[in-house]
Amino acid sequence: MRTTTNELFSTLADPTRRAIFERLCRDGEQTVRALTDRAGVSQPAVSKHLGVLKHAGLVRDRRVGRQTHYSAQPQGLVPLIDWMSLYGSFWREHFDRLEALLNRMDQ
Amino acid sequence: MTKSATITRSVIIEREMPHPPERVWRALTQGVLIEEWLMKNDFQPVVGHRFNFRATPMPHWNGVVDCQVLAVEPDRRLSYSWNASGEEAAGGLKTVVTWTLTPTRGGVLVRMEQSGFRTEDETNYQGANYGWQRYIGGLERVAAGLG
Repeated sequence: MRTTTNELFSTLADPTRRAIFERLCRDGEQTVRALTDRAGVSQPAVSKHLGVLKHAGLVRDRRVGRQTHYSAQPQGLVPLIDWMSLYGSFWREHFDRLEALLNRMDQ
Repeated sequence: MTKSATITRSVIIEREMPHPPERVWRALTQGVLIEEWLMKNDFQPVVGHRFNFRATPMPHWNGVVDCQVLAVEPDRRLSYSWNASGEEAAGGLKTVVTWTLTPTRGGVLVRMEQSGFRTEDETNYQGANYGWQRYIGGLERVAAGLG
């Protein structure tokens, strides 16, 4: 399953979902119950958000007895980071063209 | 967690070039020369002058950048705003591009900083209606953890 950039953006567009993901990044692995206690929404809602995050490749789950533990998968953010670096590429490419022009002006 | 202070991001490119600062300054400030390495434009090196860069339109970009000259210090520093235009202006890109030339032994250090990429309150970045921009501030922190 390959996550599209669109899916990644829409997954992180929801503030509650983003807060859950940030909490997992910051505090490490958590149970659904622990996440629910802090999320301000019901456990089914948290489970649903976790399902979307999992589908987007941003979290991983692990069952221990009757509890499911979730942890962040920050490498799922790579398409977003690539997108932000586009402007860096834009300027690097134009720097090359500026240098080529300066070399021509030298002649 | 859903609301934080506005954080902006910059893109910075630095490169030392074996040319006198005056030559680089000309390439940065003469419209015909700017077009050769960047885009079509109606730039004038006059503080307050409003101008556009124009490129071929692309999906989610109309190809026009709205600009205004903010600072002109010959051979040293040039700054202009770099904003989304037209229907994309509202909630779109609002940045500042600053060029700084510092003489070095072998030529000049050319530094370009594009600042003001905002992390929140933008729901329409280059036409893409995603509410994710707020998230970008934490991206570098998380990316750093990727090792």
